[in-house]
Amino acid sequence: MTAETAAPAAEFGRSRLRKEDARLITGQTNWTDNITLPGLVHMAFVRSPFAHARITSVDVSAARAMPGVIAAFSGVDFPEQGSLPCAWPVTPDIVMPPHPPMATEEVRYVGEAVAVVVARDRYAAADAVEAVQVEYEPLPPVLDMRTALDESSPKVHPQGNKCFEWVFGNGDIDAAFRDAPVVLERNYRQQRLIPSAMEPRAVVAAWVADEVTLWSATQIPHVLRFALAAFFAIPEQNIRVIAPDVGGGFGSKLQVTAEEVLAVLVAKRVGRPVKWTESRSEGNLTVHHGRDQWQRIRVAADHDGRLRGLSVDLLANMGAYLMLVTPGVPLLGAFMFNSIYKMDAYSFRCTGIFTTEVPTDAYRGAGRPEATFGIERTMDELASELGMDPMELRRRNWIKHEEFPFTTIAGLTYDSGNYEAATARAVELFGYHDLRAEQERRRASGDPVQLGIGISTFTEMCGLAPSRVLGSLSYGAGGWESASVRMLPTGKVEVVTGSSAHGQGHETAWSQIVAEKLGVPFEDIRVLHGDTQVSPKGMDTYGSRSLTVGGVALNGACDKVIAKAKVIASGMLEAPPEEIEFAHGVFSARGGSGKTSTIQEIALATFAAHNLPDGVEPSLDSEATYDPDNFSFPHGTHLCATEVDTETGEVSIRSYVAVDDVGRAVNPLIVEGQVHGGLAQGIAQALFEEAVYDDDGNLLTTTLADYLIPSAADLPSYITDRTETPATTNPLGVKGVGEAGTIASTPAVVNAILDAVRHLGVRDIPMPCTPERVWRAVQAARESGGAR
Amino acid sequence: MTTVYDDVGDQAAGDVPMRRIAFTINGARKIAEVEPRLLLAHLIRRGVGLTGTHMGCDTTNCGACTVLVDGKPIKSCTMLAVQADGHEITTVEGLASASELHPLQEGFRAEHGLQCGFCTPGMMLAAKALLDVNPDPTEEDVRWALSGNLCRCTGYQNIVKSVLWAAAKLRSQSAG
Repeated sequence: MTAETAAPAAEFGRSRLRKEDARLITGQTNWTDNITLPGLVHMAFVRSPFAHARITSVDVSAARAMPGVIAAFSGVDFPEQGSLPCAWPVTPDIVMPPHPPMATEEVRYVGEAVAVVVARDRYAAADAVEAVQVEYEPLPPVLDMRTALDESSPKVHPQGNKCFEWVFGNGDIDAAFRDAPVVLERNYRQQRLIPSAMEPRAVVAAWVADEVTLWSATQIPHVLRFALAAFFAIPEQNIRVIAPDVGGGFGSKLQVTAEEVLAVLVAKRVGRPVKWTESRSEGNLTVHHGRDQWQRIRVAADHDGRLRGLSVDLLANMGAYLMLVTPGVPLLGAFMFNSIYKMDAYSFRCTGIFTTEVPTDAYRGAGRPEATFGIERTMDELASELGMDPMELRRRNWIKHEEFPFTTIAGLTYDSGNYEAATARAVELFGYHDLRAEQERRRASGDPVQLGIGISTFTEMCGLAPSRVLGSLSYGAGGWESASVRMLPTGKVEVVTGSSAHGQGHETAWSQIVAEKLGVPFEDIRVLHGDTQVSPKGMDTYGSRSLTVGGVALNGACDKVIAKAKVIASGMLEAPPEEIEFAHGVFSARGGSGKTSTIQEIALATFAAHNLPDGVEPSLDSEATYDPDNFSFPHGTHLCATEVDTETGEVSIRSYVAVDDVGRAVNPLIVEGQVHGGLAQGIAQALFEEAVYDDDGNLLTTTLADYLIPSAADLPSYITDRTETPATTNPLGVKGVGEAGTIASTPAVVNAILDAVRHLGVRDIPMPCTPERVWRAVQAARESGGAR
Repeated sequence: MTTVYDDVGDQAAGDVPMRRIAFTINGARKIAEVEPRLLLAHLIRRGVGLTGTHMGCDTTNCGACTVLVDGKPIKSCTMLAVQADGHEITTVEGLASASELHPLQEGFRAEHGLQCGFCTPGMMLAAKALLDVNPDPTEEDVRWALSGNLCRCTGYQNIVKSVLWAAAKLRSQSAG
């Protein structure tokens, strides 16, 4: 091989700096709120101050008369507003109440829209909101899931407060618990969280004749376009949805919102383009929240720690209405409570409950963090009950490397994994045994600052999702993804993806996939996404699916390009197609003349089309759609050491080690960034964040002063590493990484806190584990006589 | 330059309160007529048309709107435009020269200090204010200096590394 044809450095596994950054670091980003159009006017919403009330009148006339105001409407002005869609009716008898974008008869959470004003600018619109007169007849709120099903409870909807009950199980659960030597029950609270993407939601809608363009800070432009067509009777071919640069989502922008629908309807009504950008307070009141479960977990085990059975009973807060995938979120956890462990029997029950609070829906991890928290906390409690090292208990129960593929008690087939390797690496990086020894010393000396070690050996199901599985779970759409590759005449490449990035770095990673496959320079590739006119087909970005589904689709599109190019190359190289070989961007005839042709030369020859073989189309462009056969199952071992001041309740993270196995890493730099960010959000749930309602159903955490997103000063540096066990279910061997850190870290931190104070008699501390809560738990344990 | 107020209804010209202010932004002198209640962030984004300054919270918590006013980091969502009269503002668009990026911009790229990028301009300006007074900060210094700027994507570790990368480059430039 000559120097000219030497293999270029592999693109897979290379920490390429991101293409996206050039515009993001220079202030040239195209956010939805940047958009201005001729004649643009601004919407502002009048929102309910009551958690639950009957609307007796809405008078917008004074607002309409104000200077700068173009129009003002209440819900009754939009009989065509319909109902916001829920795509996941999880049971045949699920209660799915109507959910008008603007309430007309009753409001069911503080912040629900009841009227909209349209004005020349945000300021005039805000003034006009104050002039809208709404009269309410207050009704009693419903705020506690645990009493919401009582006969005496007020009703959120006429059908009652129970949305659904979903049961699932495998094995003989009664036998597993009968005569079990050890049975443990724990009740955990998954507090309500606010996803808090840094970019607030923003929408612009503009009609030209009968065609509408909707710009939205959304994760799901394709699903949104479908929803507007399917549920709001706008012809699909006349809708273009654009997600420009989007500033984070974490599930919160995986939604079809009232504001998006109303922007489209209002723009049509006033005959001018309209814009709406939420304030943070408005967002906290109205963007769907996440988590919010009560978990009752029972586990049965033998004396040696072997798990016999696991029984999970959840109450899941739907909030006031069902949004796009609200009821499905807790059910994603149904398959994950058993986690990496073997057991004889499993039962799961989830009751979805309506309350007069903001609807819940997907938030980073969506069902899987809740499940992982439940099982990992329970494993630590069981280890304590058995007097066993919590890592040893896990080791005795997890699926061994040689047992893969392994079908779990929840019915999923984990294709690959190596829990031993990830754990060994984490234990080594963490200095597990030294920290245990230090912990012993500090316990013995009665150090007021106690050391705790928290373990989380987690897995998750991601790469959502095989369409057939989604169908069997009653989800309303598929889980495939689409990609196209366009070979330009000069040998450059345009990639069109249905994955809609909002900060992940698809433009970089997708370029690496194409560079690796086609042998074209990384710099010669441009990735197009987030515009239904440019990328007409897609299922968008959520559930750690972009690489494991969209990336694999792109891999398939590249294969098709190569196959087409081989046919054209065979003409140029004067050899039959089956003798054409392709490597590193160069086509050659096997054992033949020694003639070669680069993919760029073939692109130009295809464009010229002068000498193509008979019957061959002058195009290399290819499209592929990929529907996975299975989920992917990233896993890892996270270890957290906390120092807990028993006199003040202050918790500080002394070290945090995350060893993740996400299969093959296309770009390790991006993988590490995803892990870091995931850890921060999971730690935030453990220590800082909670959406709090008062007894009247007012959200108290409406600003970032009240809802505590941690800053750089609140978080540690992490030690991260990877083991690499390729997925066997897709040709790239990739597993997904977007949610791993969030799923793993919350129980690692809380387990560490409990491990620091369990010997004092503390059995649980509700999240977030604030200094006050930790201090109270320690005090209560001391007052009740301390350790058992 | 002109500002047209649409849809004024029966408002008279004098009913729209206006103040004329002069300020410097990224080295360029500007004069603007503004409503007294106009936020500085809106003046920058809509009036001047520099959309690299972002608004993430309106309550001075998130720091996405951080700009430098006379060299000090200020959250422009809670400063009025009229308060900028006579002052000098630096936004993210003022960091790079025509030919090269500022070391902070290079550092954020090199160390993967951003994902969605919404917090990034504010982060870089807060970091610039730190490095202007402390050219050789510790990790702890950086974490505290950025504690008024929130990021939801990165977990901050790479942001801290980015700022330290920039500090090292700036020191080597001034030494050279």
